[in-house]
Amino acid sequence: MQTTRRTLMTASLGTALAPMLPRLSRAQAANTIRIGVLNDQSGPYRDISGPYGVTCTQQAVQESGNKGFTVEVVSADHQNKPDVGANIARQWYDRDGVDMILDVPTSSVGLAVNQVAKEKNKAYINCGAATSDLTGPQCTPVTICWMYDTYMLAKSTGGAMVKAGGDSWFFITADYAFGHALERDTTTFVKAQGGKVLGSVKYPFPSTSDFSSFLLQAQASRAKVIGMANAGADTINCIKQAAEFGITKRDVKLAALLMFLSDVHALGLETAQGLVLTESFYWDLNDRTRAFTQRVLPKLNGTYPNMNSAANYSATLHFLKVVADMGVPAAKASGVAIIDRMKAMPTDDDAFGPGTIRADGRKLCPAYLFQVKTPAESRAPWDYYKLLQTTPADEAFRPMSEGGCPLVRS
Amino acid sequence: MFDILGIPAPLLFGQLLLGLINGAFYAMLSLGLAVIFGLLNIINFAHGAQFMMGAFAAWMLLEWLGLGYWWALLLAPIIVGFTGVVLERTMIRQLYKLDHLYGLLLTFGLGLIIEGVFRNEFGSSGLPYRIPPELSGAWDLGFMFLPVYRGWVVVAALILCLATWLLIEKTRLGAYLRAATENAALVQAFGVNVPRMVTLTYGAGVALAAIGGVLAAPIYSVNPQMGTNLIIVVFAVVVIGGMGSILGSIVTGFGLGIIEGLTKVFWPEASATVIFVIMAIVLLARPAGLFGRA
Repeated sequence: MQTTRRTLMTASLGTALAPMLPRLSRAQAANTIRIGVLNDQSGPYRDISGPYGVTCTQQAVQESGNKGFTVEVVSADHQNKPDVGANIARQWYDRDGVDMILDVPTSSVGLAVNQVAKEKNKAYINCGAATSDLTGPQCTPVTICWMYDTYMLAKSTGGAMVKAGGDSWFFITADYAFGHALERDTTTFVKAQGGKVLGSVKYPFPSTSDFSSFLLQAQASRAKVIGMANAGADTINCIKQAAEFGITKRDVKLAALLMFLSDVHALGLETAQGLVLTESFYWDLNDRTRAFTQRVLPKLNGTYPNMNSAANYSATLHFLKVVADMGVPAAKASGVAIIDRMKAMPTDDDAFGPGTIRADGRKLCPAYLFQVKTPAESRAPWDYYKLLQTTPADEAFRPMSEGGCPLVRS
Repeated sequence: MFDILGIPAPLLFGQLLLGLINGAFYAMLSLGLAVIFGLLNIINFAHGAQFMMGAFAAWMLLEWLGLGYWWALLLAPIIVGFTGVVLERTMIRQLYKLDHLYGLLLTFGLGLIIEGVFRNEFGSSGLPYRIPPELSGAWDLGFMFLPVYRGWVVVAALILCLATWLLIEKTRLGAYLRAATENAALVQAFGVNVPRMVTLTYGAGVALAAIGGVLAAPIYSVNPQMGTNLIIVVFAVVVIGGMGSILGSIVTGFGLGIIEGLTKVFWPEASATVIFVIMAIVLLARPAGLFGRA
């Protein structure tokens, strides 16, 4: 009994220490580009990117082919905690020879890693965090935001809802950087178009699962639109419970300000039908997106890619193109140099088509406003969206002059 | 309509009712914990995972076998309870003679493993599970719109709590159980098979968690981390009520649900913290909890 327990404890101690051993591959680092995918692998945002984001990154590496250097993809779970994320980033850049950190959803973590990347002069491409501050006051010369931000979501979804008559709003907001930014940016659009905001509640993230109380407060405010400034499992719970309490039957509209294909899948069309949301990628959008989806699908365990995991693919392709162009030693030497080169070169890939990156680090792509199909309209598995309107790339995002990014002030 | 403390009365009543509904879940879960701790002296940290297994069992029964909600309410506790029996027989049993801490560590680890396996298999964004047609719809109470299903949850929880309390406090079987906690050797000497009774008690505690899971499936997102958010709060409930006190866990479960509900109106940001503040105050004033015996 005694020995078995001791053996067990030694074994578990060994397992716990294993990740701390230095990576063996350090010796051959000179000709290897290392990409670190940092995201939520175990919490409420896992299905938005998580392991699928890693797979899409590997897909891009594979499609880039042999460019004369080796590429390694490492990944880690930041658990939606800024301190955990910043520590992993530090360790990756300092010790493990990671040249670029990718993805980093959860705005609070995204902002923390942003500071580390800036301090270390290493490339950082954010696909998952939505806060528009990353290309605003917090912008850095080593950072690119590849995907949606709160401004673009607010403009596309929020703007469309106000135009459709939803001129009074109540927000249910996740109480951290992302929720705050999304509420702030949406409020700006609602007010600019003559609407008003009747109130908001900020709920503790990520420990809330019952939203009925907040939904009733929203209903009591008599707002026409309930803006859900949250994401992932929280949004799913909100929508499910709003349906249960009959809120949507009483002419109150739900605005899912950030919602993904995987969320619609989890809700089921019965509950999700009719919702209006914004994504910048949908697998069934055109021939190129379908081609990309067909290539990556067998590796995704039956899940279809959404805009976040597709962004990982797109960003990795462009990054590797630029590394090949400037050479591995130059790419490794300076994060600023490689990001500058990425901004100078136009992007093009199957998931997003042609695009550009602005001086403040904003990658430009069109914003698509989708409506979730009814069960009768959906003809195949994952056939969930119909396109309502497209905001062109140059209008979808906040103009550089309004962002307050120090890089473009001169 | 009149106002109370600046909040319209209908809204306040609505929140009280919602608090009661959440309290029903707290009560059901803390009841299972109290039974297991009171009779086995094991702090069952896998309870959240077992709650989640209950919800997933309901989904699997529907999706794979076509068995609806009512079958799930019957079968899920049996299935999940059986996994509890297996855990007790193979692992937890080894730890009865050791400090509480070992049981806590083992069940905590088991909880993480179970959650990880489900996450690997089903992802984190959850699975759809619909409210059974007999319980869909809602009553208009004037001050709020009460979904029939939520009303059912409160009734079911009350019945379950009362039945468990009666079983343990008023029946012969309950008397054996209580006696076995006091002095297992003596009860065994009277010819009662104590180890089997203990195994079945653990299974029953786990089954209670699973019933909670089935009840939660139609209203919360069925995802692997659904128990994690709840379990910490439920432990606070158990500590406030008094470790192992059945009545304490029921009363505090409902009571804290209501307090949390009110916090969501007056200070939503603090709604996740309020229960722990109460826990700290209670521990300072009455270390054994409100209903515990020191």
